[in-house]
Amino acid sequence: MVTGTGRCPLGGLPKGAKAEIVGLDESSVITSLHPGELERRLIEMGLVEGAQIEILHEGFPRRDPIAVRVNDHTVALRRAEANAVMVLRLDGGAV
Amino acid sequence: MTKSKLPRALPPRLALVGNPNSGKTAVFNAMTGSRQKVANYAGVTVERKEGLFVSPAGTRVRVVDLPGTYSLRARSPDEEVTRDVVLGRMEGEETPDAIVFVADATNLRLNLRLALELKRLGRPIILALNMMDAAAKQGMAVDTAELSAELGMPVVSTIAIERGGIQSLLDQIDRTIQVAEVEGWSPVRAECGWSEPSSRDLRDYHHEVERILSRAVSTPARPHLATRRLDGILLHPATGLLILLTVLFLMFQAVFSWARLPMELINSGLTELTAWIGTAMDDGPLRSLIADGIIAGVGSVVIFLPQILVLFFFIQLLEDTGYMARAAFLLDKMMGGVGLHGRAFIPLLSSFACAVPGIMAARTIENRTDRIATIMIAPLMTCSARLPVYTLIIAAFVPDTTVWGGWAGLPGLVMFGLYAAGIISGLLVAFVMKRTVLKGAREPLLMQLPAYRLPHPRNVALGLYDRGKAFLMRAGTTIFALMVVMWFLGSFPGAPEGATEPAIRYSVAGAIGHALEPLLAPIGFNWQIALALVPGMAAREVAVGVLGTIYALSGSGDALRTSLATALTQSWSLPTALSLLAWYVFAPQCLATLGVVRRELNSRMWPAIMFVFLTSLAYGAAFITYRAAIAVLGS
Repeated sequence: MVTGTGRCPLGGLPKGAKAEIVGLDESSVITSLHPGELERRLIEMGLVEGAQIEILHEGFPRRDPIAVRVNDHTVALRRAEANAVMVLRLDGGAV
Repeated sequence: MTKSKLPRALPPRLALVGNPNSGKTAVFNAMTGSRQKVANYAGVTVERKEGLFVSPAGTRVRVVDLPGTYSLRARSPDEEVTRDVVLGRMEGEETPDAIVFVADATNLRLNLRLALELKRLGRPIILALNMMDAAAKQGMAVDTAELSAELGMPVVSTIAIERGGIQSLLDQIDRTIQVAEVEGWSPVRAECGWSEPSSRDLRDYHHEVERILSRAVSTPARPHLATRRLDGILLHPATGLLILLTVLFLMFQAVFSWARLPMELINSGLTELTAWIGTAMDDGPLRSLIADGIIAGVGSVVIFLPQILVLFFFIQLLEDTGYMARAAFLLDKMMGGVGLHGRAFIPLLSSFACAVPGIMAARTIENRTDRIATIMIAPLMTCSARLPVYTLIIAAFVPDTTVWGGWAGLPGLVMFGLYAAGIISGLLVAFVMKRTVLKGAREPLLMQLPAYRLPHPRNVALGLYDRGKAFLMRAGTTIFALMVVMWFLGSFPGAPEGATEPAIRYSVAGAIGHALEPLLAPIGFNWQIALALVPGMAAREVAVGVLGTIYALSGSGDALRTSLATALTQSWSLPTALSLLAWYVFAPQCLATLGVVRRELNSRMWPAIMFVFLTSLAYGAAFITYRAAIAVLGS
C-alpha cells in the first residue's frame, strides 16, 4: 500500500476515498463570497485541519455535489468549493 | 449582593440558540406546547417564534426560538436575526436574559464551537444536550459534569420528543433564574464580549472543542449506520432520483386528492353562507359587499387552505426526517443548470397548488438572489386556480378526440402542454435572470446531511398549525383589503335605469375593461374578455364567473361551465381562445401573489418588476399564438 505522496484538493477525490485535511486554501476557487469567507464557512462546518474525511456519495450529473463524512457528521458541498480543502489521502489512492 | 433586586416588570426571557438539525424547535415545542405565537421580525421576513411557559418553581418564562445557525457570523437573513437578537442589536427586541444552547448530542464536535462563541457574551447560558437517546443508542458516553466544568456552564441532557424529556432543562432554568435574581442579571448590552471571529479564532475554538471533548467524552458515538445505508440508496444517482420523483409525484397527487373533500366542504359552506346572507339581509350595497366582495373574494383564497395544509404536511415530514437536505443534494446540479438552488424545487412544486404558499416556502433558500429568482418564476408554475379557466376553454374549443392511435386524449394533451409551457418558460426566465439582473456566482452549497430521524407527531402538528394560521392571517388582512377594492371597482357606479347590458359593464372595472380593449385587440381579445380580466385580478378563476355574468347566464358550478362553454364556442374564434390560454400561462392574474411577494421580499420593486415582466410575457405569448393561429387556421 502506498500512502498519499502529496497534498491534493478534496474536490478531486473519487467516491470511497479517505483522507485527512491538511490545509485550507481558497485562492483557486471562484466564489461570490468575500475573501476569507469560504475558509471560515468551511471551518464552521468542521472542515478544518486534522479532520478525517471520507467521500460517501456523489451527485448527478458529473459526480457533483459530493457528500463528505467529516469525523462524525456528513456535509454536502460542490466539488468547486471542495477544491479549497487540501487533503492527504489515507487509502493510498492515486493523487 | 444588592445589585438589582428590584422586581422585574416582565417575566425573564430566554433565547433558544443552536445549529440547524439540533432539535431546537422540538425543545421549544416541548416547553411551550401550543402557547406560542409566530409573527415576523419587523422589516424582515424571518419568522419570529415566541412562547410562554411556567417553570417547575412557578416562574413565568418567555422563550424565543431563534433561527438555527452554525455561527454568530450571519450568512443569511435568518442568521442575522439570531445574531442581532443575541447581541441585543435588534431594533424593538429585548436582549434575552439568558441563552439555552441546544446541541445535538451525537454531533458535539460541530455543535460546541458555537457554544464557546456564545459564552463570550457573558450572559447566563445553559447547554442542553439534546437527542441523548440517539447518542446513547450510538454507544456514546459523555461525562456531563466534566463537560460542564470544562465549558464553565451548566449542562443538562434532554430528549425533547419524549414526555418529561426536558425536565432537567426546566429545573436548570429555575436554578439559573434564582442565581441571576440574587446576583443580578448581566448588563443589558453585553455585545462588547463578541467580535466577528477570524479564521484563526475559529481554529482556536475548534482546538478548544477537541480538547474538551477528549476529556468529557470517553466513548464517541458510533456513526449512524442506518443513515449511511439509506443514503447509499437515497443519494444514488439512479435509485435516489427515482425515489425522489416518486415522492414528489405522491406529494403532488396528495395535494389534489386529499384536499378535494375539504375544499368541497368549504365551497358548499361558503355557498350556504352566501345564500343565508341573501335571505337575512336586504338587497343593497352592503349585502353585495359581504356576499360578492368579502365572502366570494376571500373565500376564493381560503378554499386553498386544505391544499396548503397537505403541502406543508409533506414539507414538514421531509424536513423533520432529514430527507429535504437529500432532495436538495440530488437536484443541486440539475437546478444549477438554470442557476437555481437545489432547494428551489419545493417552492416551485408548491406553486402548482398555489403560488402563495410556494413563495412562502422559498424561505428555506438562504441566499437572497437565489430566493428572488425562485420567487419570480413561481407564478409560472400552473396553479390550481388556472384550472377552471383552462378546463372551460378546453371544453369549449378542443374537440374531445384521441390522438396517437388512441393513446392520448386531445384535451389532456392540451392541458399537459399548458403545464409544460409554464415549466419550460419558468426555467428559461430563471436562466436569463441569473445571467442578467441577478448575476453573481452561485452561493456555495455547504449543507449538513443530518442523520435520518422519525418525525414526531407533535412537531408536525404544531408546524402545520403555524402555517395554517399564517396563511389565514394573510387572507384576513392583505387579501381581504384587495378583495374589497376589487369588489368596489366591479360594483360602482351601478347600472343606470333601463340598462340593457350586465351591470358590471357600467362599473369602474367595466370602464377599465373597455379602455383596455384596444390594447388587447391585437391579441384577439374582445371587450368581454378584457372586462373579465379586471376582476380576474382578484383571483384567476373569478374570470369564469364574470364571463358567466357578461354572457348573462344563470346557474353556477358545472351547469354554468357547460352553458358558458357553449356560449363561448358560438361567440369566440379559435385563435382568440388559444390566445387567452397562452395569456393565462403567463399573466400575473393574481393580486394575492403580488401581495405575498411584496411581503416576502419586503420590497415594492420586485412585485412591480414581476407584474411588468409577466404581463409582457403574457402579451407576447398571446400575440404570437393569435397571429400564428390565424395564419394556420384563417380568421
